[in-house]
Amino acid sequence: MTTYAAAPGLDNAPGSLHRISQMVSDTVVLTRRNLVRTLSEPESLIDVTLTPVVFTLLFAYVVGGAIALPNGVSYHDYLVPGMFAMTMASASTGTAAAVNTDMANGIIDRFRSLPMSRAGVLAGQSIADLLTTIIAVVVLAATGLAIGWRVHTDFGHAAAAFGLILLFAYALNWAMSCLGMVFRSAEGVQQFGVLMMLGLTFVSSAFVPTSGMPAWLRNVANWNPLSALAAALRQLFGNPNPAHTVDAWPLQHPVVATICYSVGMIVIFAPLAVRLYRTRTSK
Amino acid sequence: MTVNAGSDIAISVEGLVKRFGDYEALKGVEFQVPAGSVVGVLGPNGAGKTTTVRVLATLLRPDGGRVLVDGHDVEKDPAAVRRAIGLTGQYAALDEFQPGRDNLVMIGRLAGLGRREAKARAAELLDEFDLVDAADRPVKGYSGGMRRRLDLAASLVARPRILFLDEPTTGLDPRSRNVMYEVIRDLVASGTTLFLTTQYLEEADQLADRIVVIDRGRAIADGTPRELKSVLGGAQLEVVVSPGSDLATAAMVLGGFGAGTATIDSETRHVEVSVAPRPRLATEVVQAMTEVGIALDDCSIRRPSLDDVFLALTGQKTGSDDAEKNADDAALAH
Repeated sequence: MTTYAAAPGLDNAPGSLHRISQMVSDTVVLTRRNLVRTLSEPESLIDVTLTPVVFTLLFAYVVGGAIALPNGVSYHDYLVPGMFAMTMASASTGTAAAVNTDMANGIIDRFRSLPMSRAGVLAGQSIADLLTTIIAVVVLAATGLAIGWRVHTDFGHAAAAFGLILLFAYALNWAMSCLGMVFRSAEGVQQFGVLMMLGLTFVSSAFVPTSGMPAWLRNVANWNPLSALAAALRQLFGNPNPAHTVDAWPLQHPVVATICYSVGMIVIFAPLAVRLYRTRTSK
Repeated sequence: MTVNAGSDIAISVEGLVKRFGDYEALKGVEFQVPAGSVVGVLGPNGAGKTTTVRVLATLLRPDGGRVLVDGHDVEKDPAAVRRAIGLTGQYAALDEFQPGRDNLVMIGRLAGLGRREAKARAAELLDEFDLVDAADRPVKGYSGGMRRRLDLAASLVARPRILFLDEPTTGLDPRSRNVMYEVIRDLVASGTTLFLTTQYLEEADQLADRIVVIDRGRAIADGTPRELKSVLGGAQLEVVVSPGSDLATAAMVLGGFGAGTATIDSETRHVEVSVAPRPRLATEVVQAMTEVGIALDDCSIRRPSLDDVFLALTGQKTGSDDAEKNADDAALAH
């Protein structure tokens, strides 16, 4: 029979070095936990596997035929960077749903009663989601190549493009964590997430150039972070990028703009998420 | 090495207030728990038991008062409190998608154990909680009892000095309940301080050294089970009168043995009165009844149960407009 003598070492109040190593270790442990969860629920991977393929094919072969781009450039070449942007937006709704489920479940209480790092729970979530996002990027790149999309620049530019995609996805995940904590039910999160995703992607230059939109909507679309991301990817991959003629700062400097949007989202939403996590769980 | 400072008081609660919006859930709760003891917290649903546990376990911030757990202030140094406590809530707080073993290893790692240490501890607990066969299956497929056992195991991973159990046996099957009792006894033997809430008075009576009764956000009684029972005074003398014998006569005879008038329940044919227990009392009652021609089906002397104490304590304060709570009390008494 076990005895329950106090474990040595746990009594010591940790120093700051210990705190940092504990935070790293907590984040690793929880990242693994979230990956296990995602992989054990294959249907949750539909967002990052089937959805990008279906949308790409729909736009390439159903909608694309009716979209005439200036100077007769290939729509497939134009479309795929936009699909990357769209997929980042739709995959991130999974983060909101997962965070929301965790909050409703007692496991957060368990975490909070442990002497672990507060940020570890959220960091573990966003890193795990970033790793599943990589699946989406690979699937989408393969689909794109299959329908005739090509990288027209060099390896360095392509690598920068993929880095930009992941940075943006990571930032968006923090925003979606906040969303997941604000909503009371998983259904609410899902429905709002889908609406937001549709709004963000369609009112942007992801699928069509913004030039055909009414003026007020065009302004919204031009400043939409997804437009900046799509334009940045088109520039880095060497795909047609009609947006570079648009007179809006984010589209004139899409790479810098995307980095700014991403860093901005992290700076705003990461601390907000930690704060929400504290208040929502300790009311 | 312990930071516990040799304190004899494991938990100290002074004037604890907790509000949810306009609703004051705790209105100045006060009690102390000596180190190494088992305290049972009793109270009807909505009395504030779970809120109290959540404050003590650093899940809720108090709005007033002072709460020390293992000598540390829950508001000023929650991290130190967390290093000393384990918590098992009413709902199994587990990761559904991971096997039981991985859950325990994960919690060990989060509690600060090394990888190897966490694995060894998980294996030890799985064995102890009779979960070895299911250890490598996802928790999703566990029965309710298995979940609760794993949940309790999870709260013991870091060998806490103070363990909070919020209704640990509610809804448990007998096998799991027995495992729970066994573990509780082992924990107590090893000096762990146990703080358990329950709706089962019998359970509190059996397990707890001290009982705190919480009702409507206040601790209304605090003492050993024996002390609480002595509040009610002596014993109840109860007879069941055979059909055909007169209840009023039986009540008159019984009144002669007790303090005050006997009460009659004509439906169940029970007649009872408060008495000071003494040897041969029951025999004398039967004789006296026979002399006046009353036949009895049963005669018994009953010491007050915690149910009686509980009803006496909370019943006094139960307003007639509070039908739901009355129903709860009635349910509790069964």
